[in-house]
Amino acid sequence: MTELIQFVIDVLALGGAYALMALGLVIVYGILKLVNFAYGELIMVAGYTLFLMDGTGLPWLVMAAVAVLMSIFFGVATDYVAFRPVRAKSVTAVLITSFAFSTILQNAALLFISPRARNIPLPDVFSTTVTIGGAVTPLRNLLTIAATIVMLTLFTWLMRRSILGIAMRAAATNFTMARMLGVPANLIISSAFAISGLLAGVVSLFWLGRIGSVVPGIGLEPLLVAFIATVIGGMRSVPGAVLGGFLLALIDTSLNHILPQDLLKFRDAFTFSFVILILLWKPDGLIKGPASGQRT
Amino acid sequence: MIEITNLDVRYGAIRAIKDVSLNVQQGELVTVLGANGAGKSTLMLTIAGALKAAGGKITFDGRDVTAATPEKMVRYGIAMVPETRDVFPDLTVVENLRLGAYLHRSDKAGVMADMEKVKDLFPRLREREIQAAGTLSGGEQQMLVIARALMSRPKVLLLDEPSLGLAPTVVDQIFEMIRELKATGITILLVEQNATKALQVADRAYVMQLGEVVVQGSAEEIAGSSDLSALYLGG
Repeated sequence: MTELIQFVIDVLALGGAYALMALGLVIVYGILKLVNFAYGELIMVAGYTLFLMDGTGLPWLVMAAVAVLMSIFFGVATDYVAFRPVRAKSVTAVLITSFAFSTILQNAALLFISPRARNIPLPDVFSTTVTIGGAVTPLRNLLTIAATIVMLTLFTWLMRRSILGIAMRAAATNFTMARMLGVPANLIISSAFAISGLLAGVVSLFWLGRIGSVVPGIGLEPLLVAFIATVIGGMRSVPGAVLGGFLLALIDTSLNHILPQDLLKFRDAFTFSFVILILLWKPDGLIKGPASGQRT
Repeated sequence: MIEITNLDVRYGAIRAIKDVSLNVQQGELVTVLGANGAGKSTLMLTIAGALKAAGGKITFDGRDVTAATPEKMVRYGIAMVPETRDVFPDLTVVENLRLGAYLHRSDKAGVMADMEKVKDLFPRLREREIQAAGTLSGGEQQMLVIARALMSRPKVLLLDEPSLGLAPTVVDQIFEMIRELKATGITILLVEQNATKALQVADRAYVMQLGEVVVQGSAEEIAGSSDLSALYLGG
């Protein structure tokens, strides 16, 4: 029983972080039909923002808010630097430019900060543990679950109720038609990048909180996780991204429990085998997205 | 109101529209007839700003709008009702209509009133208001795209083949609605393959063939001209 509670909390906490990451990737993909490969660097940006503010004496929540704002800022900047100039011209070009932007950010961190890991300030609550039904779990995990619930509720409300959200959903199916109703293309795209940055920023707090430090290459794993979760869930489906995130966390956590110590370092190989099986069964992902629209 | 002079539109090396000149006056219903591939839809999309002209000029209310973006055109007062019945299939009927009123989103009371008005005009939409637009029948989707266009409070409505692929009785309903819309004083540019129906409601007509305007005149003249079917069929 104790172990089950522990397991469920682990899956929900990890899955929540995965799901929010995947959501940030899918919202841009849905509208532009392009994967933002510089997405993982938003985590890095938030991490270094926290690192640079260490010792300023600001309350942690203020530092966290600034880190999230920087992530949003860099999210929108990705659009201006890597996407907007070449968007209309070629898909290949955007693939390259988003990789290039990612590399530039990483190299900037290498050059101006350090190739070595830098500790980031974390609040005490992140290192406390609580006991639920006999299971000892870091409070951080429960906070991750709470943040996931808050973010998903906020996201759903935005997409269902606000005119901006309705316009974004419309733009994901038929961008030209949305524009012909007066929805400005650039506003929708910038909003998508901003939401993507917000999600990455919030996840970064918990992602980095788990590790406690930031390195220039920190963005790769979350990007990969988000990408795989969206592929499993269905590239253009928002519920699919969330489902994919939780499913991936379920696979990862199960393997952590099941695999013998010697095999544990090969966990990712097992995870990806599962992913391949899922894709063989459902090549388009688990949930079919909205009817495909034209790329703009 | 709309003045098009010597318009050229290209898809790569193909000239889809060659040297087309056309005008629509305030309150008029002008129809553009022609067979498949005559360039009618291309013309509409170019006016709406979704395609770029390679040459020529489009003015609206005296303003040069040749290079305007689609979002600008609807702000100027031109609403497009595309041929493909482009409802947003995953959005509900009400969400589609709300989006049609995107420009007036700060005027909540006005949008509510407009919404009631179009639902009175198209009672079927009221019955189906919380249904996803993709689940509507073809005729209902056609009503929805027209209603959605009206939500932007346009001065000019661009109707691209509203009768396409609809059952004859539904086609009659759609044309009855076009007649009613015209009576409200709105200016309409109507692209149709169904020449007989279109000429019954139109004031003036242009006939296009392979990207060019080959005949123009009042609806009676065009309807009376004996070589219409020849032109039409590419003769």
